Amino acid sequence: MTIEGADIVKAAAFIGAGIAMGFGAIGPGVGEGMAAAKACEAIGKNPKEAGLLTRTMLVGQAVAESTGIYSLVIALLLLFVV
Amino acid sequence: MEFEPQVIIKIAAYVGGGLCMGIGAVGAAIGEGYTAALANEAVSRNKDLSGDIFKSMLVGQAIAESASIFALVIAILLLFMDIPVPSLLKASALLGAGISMGFGAMGSGVGSGFPGGQACKGISRQPKMTGRLTTNMLIGSAVCQTPAIFALVVALILMFIDFGNVPLNPTWAALLGAGISMGLSAIGSGYGGGMAGGASCEGIARNPETVSSVTTIMLVGQAVTQTPCIFGLLVSFILMFKAFPETTALSPSMALLGAGISMGFGGLGPGIGNGMAAEGAVRWVARNVKHQSELMRTMLVGQAVSQSTAIYAMVISLVLIFVV
Repeated sequence: MTIEGADIVKAAAFIGAGIAMGFGAIGPGVGEGMAAAKACEAIGKNPKEAGLLTRTMLVGQAVAESTGIYSLVIALLLLFVV
Repeated sequence: MEFEPQVIIKIAAYVGGGLCMGIGAVGAAIGEGYTAALANEAVSRNKDLSGDIFKSMLVGQAIAESASIFALVIAILLLFMDIPVPSLLKASALLGAGISMGFGAMGSGVGSGFPGGQACKGISRQPKMTGRLTTNMLIGSAVCQTPAIFALVVALILMFIDFGNVPLNPTWAALLGAGISMGLSAIGSGYGGGMAGGASCEGIARNPETVSSVTTIMLVGQAVTQTPCIFGLLVSFILMFKAFPETTALSPSMALLGAGISMGFGGLGPGIGNGMAAEGAVRWVARNVKHQSELMRTMLVGQAVSQSTAIYAMVISLVLIFVV
């Protein structure tokens, strides 16, 4: 089996995309879960503020999500652009 | 240096068997240790009930143990099975089987320990609820064994299905990727499911009247927590059973391996995160049952957001398999 330069570069890009998205998804997944757990705790303690707490949870999760989206963007760049 | 296929297949089977049992032993041991620790705490709180607590501890530990027994079975099969037609493809399938079952047993083993431990502690607080606590412990740990069972199924398929006439390159990478995808994504779901189950036993002991609401929200939370490993199962089935065209290039193989890595690791975080959200909701339904609908809604919204990263990982895997 002969391997050409362009083939190795493509192979690296594909495996890199897998690593970027795979590892990149761990952090946001756990972090957003923590935010949701604490939001449930806060609503349990203070149900009157449920709307405010849900909004805060969603904003916090959106920020945590951003790193997941960076990973997605890098994975897509590796697959289709570079 | 050239090796015969028989030699390579033996190497793959032995390395796979070692990984399977070594990694597979981690989770169950931690989970059982947690159960035993809380059982000790429970006995010190209420030593008259030591008989019941001891019984619950053993039942809880037995369930946690089952994940590592699956790993033991696969490891023994890998060491002693015979392979009628040795090929390099089978070598990669055997390594994939070991990875799938080894990592797959980890999360379920740790997770199953949480309901067991909390049930022991609960019995010492509310001896009258012993029966109900045992039921919830059994349901909770049974659900968190499912990822390990999925991993077992994938490992058995990889070991015993004859992939005979498919091209070696890139199918070897698909089979290895199938093992990685299933094994790693099972860690998060197993662990997360256990968190929800543990919180339900704690909640019932705290507030016995909430038992039906707590059980309902536990089951809903655990069901959502299982989805990342179902995505992992889906990707690994596609990788095992789709026919890939023969190629001499390296990049198609790496795309399939990358698909497995993306879905495997990508399922890990959301599984744990969904479990955390479920744990928080279950815990607070027991404390504030009047507001269970708000808590259920918040849990589901939070889990949906946490799930999104697993969906991104699945999209990248499917793009790697079907598009590039």
